[in-house]
Amino acid sequence: MRWPARLILAVLVWEGLTATPALAQREPVLVPAVSQSRIEVRQGFTGARLLLYGAVIDPAGAGSRGEDYDIVVVLKGPSEAVRIREKERIAGIWANAESSDFRSAPAFFAVASSRPVSEIVDERTAAIYELGTEFIQLSPSGEIDPEEQARFAKGLVELRQRQGLYQEDPGGVRIAEKVLYQARINLPSNVTTGRYTAETFAIARGRVLASATARIEVVKAGLEGQVVTAAQRWSFLYGLGAIGLSLMMGWIAGRLFARG
Amino acid sequence: MDVYLPIANLSVNGLYIVLLGGLTGILSGLFGVGGGFLTTPLLIFYGIPPTVAAASAATQVTGASVSGVLAHSRRKGVDYRMGGVMVGGGIIGALIGAVLFSALQSLGQIDVVISILYVLMLGSIGTLMLREAVSAIRPGMLGKGGAQVKKRRHHPLVASLPYRWRFYASGLYISPLAPAILGMLVGILTMLMGVGGGFLLVPAMLYILGMSGNVVVGTSLFQILFVTMVTTMTHALTTKAVDLVLAALLLLGSVLGAQFGTQIALKAKPEYLRLALAALVLLIALRMLYGLGVQPDEIYTVVPL
Repeated sequence: MRWPARLILAVLVWEGLTATPALAQREPVLVPAVSQSRIEVRQGFTGARLLLYGAVIDPAGAGSRGEDYDIVVVLKGPSEAVRIREKERIAGIWANAESSDFRSAPAFFAVASSRPVSEIVDERTAAIYELGTEFIQLSPSGEIDPEEQARFAKGLVELRQRQGLYQEDPGGVRIAEKVLYQARINLPSNVTTGRYTAETFAIARGRVLASATARIEVVKAGLEGQVVTAAQRWSFLYGLGAIGLSLMMGWIAGRLFARG
Repeated sequence: MDVYLPIANLSVNGLYIVLLGGLTGILSGLFGVGGGFLTTPLLIFYGIPPTVAAASAATQVTGASVSGVLAHSRRKGVDYRMGGVMVGGGIIGALIGAVLFSALQSLGQIDVVISILYVLMLGSIGTLMLREAVSAIRPGMLGKGGAQVKKRRHHPLVASLPYRWRFYASGLYISPLAPAILGMLVGILTMLMGVGGGFLLVPAMLYILGMSGNVVVGTSLFQILFVTMVTTMTHALTTKAVDLVLAALLLLGSVLGAQFGTQIALKAKPEYLRLALAALVLLIALRMLYGLGVQPDEIYTVVPL
């Protein structure tokens, strides 16, 4: 296993620091890092492999207590208000029927842990820290009975799981020497752009001992970014451009065709 | 070859898209139809969001019809007066279509309406074409006259409309309201389905308006050219769903495909070509009908608010 040089540097820097927050006297401290803090979606983008790594530092000395930690990493994309529609068979045709609104559905949600989350913490703790796709706080809106909301929420989660946008990887985190950890999370090509947060939790005896957050920016760059900006901001010129492109290509084809 | 489509927001195999454009290009070279009726459903099967598929297919049809209009105008095969009236109606239709599109979109029914329209249109036209092609092949001798209608007369409804104009190139003295309404209906379909509507316009111009056969295809292409341009612009302004990368790939394919299509058209027998087109149209209609009736893979869909 190869550990990135930056991590070792981070650990060294950390150990050079003396002043730490009050709870750090007794509780361990997390030092997280991300392989890429900026992911650029450009031509040929087929997804990204994100490496989230770091160290758990025990004030009493690295790994000296001999206690086993578990690490859970939650990577969350920007939240958006969504409407979920449910298809039903109406007069022999499958069409959208009922719908339900949620105010904050994350565009991306991935949980990686060193063991299955259910073995690490109880359900209540998991729900508080959103340590699983079933615990995502979707904030339903409107007056619909809870049973129906649960059905729609489940529909959303399962749909996005199949699209690779919601993931759970129990075993996606590896811990070495009770100090260093690393997690790999794959971002598919259909990810939404925006600000992502990676929360890392160090857990022992069912209790969250330390947590830390890292930010990742996913942006459309290069030509792709310009196309999206143009389509949104300069719609009229963009439309003219599309028409111009098609007229030009058609005309060139016509010339070639006439000669052949 | 992975290509990222910025508006559709996903990565596709660019080669497939070029091939798909090529297939529709071959069709347009072979039969003189735009091929949009094939592009939109195939893009949807491939996983492109229906709105992006319809918007970008309209852009492709513009490119596909340019060379056709040029070729037909060179041999005086375009009735500009008739075409202008139909374009006027078509622009109004595209705007009506845009209102319908956003209303259906907010109701969440746009996808199912697009599919039902496809099944109805392709099913009925495919059946008509199949019947014509079979009757052209069966009697053998009589087959050649299949496309030419000897008794050219417009529909009695058309004759009852007021304010008649003379359309010299088409050889008609009818009210401009008839082609305007026809253009409007096709304009609505263009906006909703991303099709040029040539497969609908050509028979309607022949059998309802009773236009002279030698200007039908050119005038239909003329109408399609302008209406798809307006449709592209309307999509760019309202749905913002025109994907330039997707449209460029489709155009590249159809430009190349049209060359093959015209070469095949020179060698193959027209009645067998018609039979093949009819079979293809029916196949797509059946596939879409199947898609409507069978439980979809995904029961839930997510739209941003």
